[in-house]
Amino acid sequence: MADSSPQSVRQTVESLYTSQSRRVLATLIRVLGDFDLAEEALSDAFAAALAQWPREGVPANPRAWLVSAGRFKAIDALRRRARFDASLTSLAERLDTESAPREAVAVEDDQLRLIFTCCHPSLSPEAQIAMTLREVCGLTTEQIAAAFLTSPPTIAQRIVRAKAKIREANIPYEVPEREHLGERLASVLRVTYLVFNEGYSASSGDHVTRADLSGEAIRLQRLLVDLLPESEAVGLLALMLLQESRREARSTPDGDLILLEDQDRSRWRRDLIDEGAALVERALATRRVGPYTLQAAIAAVHAQATTPDKTDWAQIVGLYDLLGQVEPSPIVALNRAVAVAMRDGPAAGLTLIDELLADGKLAEYHLAHAARADLCRRLGRTDQARASYQRALDLTQQEPERRFLARRLRELG
Amino acid sequence: MKYMLLIYSDEKGWTDAERERCYAESTQLTQELHERGQFVAASPLHPVATATSVRVRHGNPMVTDGPFAETHEQLGGYFIVEARDLNEAIAIATRVPAARKGTVEVRPVMQIPGLPQTS
Repeated sequence: MADSSPQSVRQTVESLYTSQSRRVLATLIRVLGDFDLAEEALSDAFAAALAQWPREGVPANPRAWLVSAGRFKAIDALRRRARFDASLTSLAERLDTESAPREAVAVEDDQLRLIFTCCHPSLSPEAQIAMTLREVCGLTTEQIAAAFLTSPPTIAQRIVRAKAKIREANIPYEVPEREHLGERLASVLRVTYLVFNEGYSASSGDHVTRADLSGEAIRLQRLLVDLLPESEAVGLLALMLLQESRREARSTPDGDLILLEDQDRSRWRRDLIDEGAALVERALATRRVGPYTLQAAIAAVHAQATTPDKTDWAQIVGLYDLLGQVEPSPIVALNRAVAVAMRDGPAAGLTLIDELLADGKLAEYHLAHAARADLCRRLGRTDQARASYQRALDLTQQEPERRFLARRLRELG
Repeated sequence: MKYMLLIYSDEKGWTDAERERCYAESTQLTQELHERGQFVAASPLHPVATATSVRVRHGNPMVTDGPFAETHEQLGGYFIVEARDLNEAIAIATRVPAARKGTVEVRPVMQIPGLPQTS
């Protein structure tokens, strides 16, 4: 880089901060063995870059430079503090005498180590989310608090406690061994999907902030797929993209819900649908098909129908059958019943839903009653439809859902 | 680093045969841990009906029976193991036979100065 004016160096450092700071942090946590020390070292390293690069030029490998600078700054800081706390002397000595970290030591894995540590199942789900957004994505505690409708001190405390647990219980900074990878990856995917859904179900709070949260989840999931292309990681990315493709079409400007069959499909984002569908193919090709991949496959079938009546319901029923085998749940059974109603007619679906409601597990679930009401309506059984819409309305607190159900009730006359 | 594995289960939920098998399998596990240098201590505990609670308030000892709270699961035994990190301790906990029936709580053991060295 020939131009080393302070202005241009500042721009370089700023863009490096955006693109590399989380990777540098991930490596510093491994090298220094401590989150707080690594975070201090990270900001010291970037400050050093701003001070030195205008004189010395931008180094050939800025990331390695930043890691190395951060490591030296941390050793200096420990030495200074060791005057007051003798126990830090040995740590500073150890860090100093250890050979400088070789770049070859799978530095790419550092980001994975960070992700798996932040999503360790011995941390509470709330702590996993806060740690992931703070440490892996680099969001501030204020941003996280705004997105989760809570206060910055609450989030800050969650992060402090999680770091204390990582240190005191000695949660290792490592990618799990193959034997445990499946269950541990499931824990990571749960976190990224929770973050996505928090941004996607815009039932409360500021819409813009929450859409950003979905974008953050997608970025994180893309990173995960790059680092660890396991089939369910690919499947979840596909699912997120396919859901995201419908964001603009699924509610009115006032925030009222628009059902899939009533959405303006020209407003679905083709680029996301194409990418999502290609990822579904890739995940299916591994032949280790999990629940995220199957949900994404169902979303892809919907997305590829240009009009609602072109939907391949037979394929959707088949996918729900598989999903019910992989991960049996009453909700999957309910969705399957709705798909059967579309394939074989409302009476067939109603029989299945009544069986599910009689079973009791869905008795308090408003969407089960809403689905029943819809099938009764289509069969002309207005009284039953009215009773079921009313039951659904009694069971939900979400305002957009309540408005939707109330509208349906009015339309019955 | 040392971890304590605290075993909680419904102590009335065990048949004699299950209990005997659990002791045998747990003993086997302690032998394996010992061979790998990871064993510190382990024992089952007699039921909570045999427990005595001791408190000292204002310098006066108060001795009463049993635990205070009605809970579904009681502390029924423990392991203390040497493990590299939490993941290794969790891996040992998943091999504790009582984990299949109850819950094993994994707690890092705090190191404080001045304790006698027993091992």
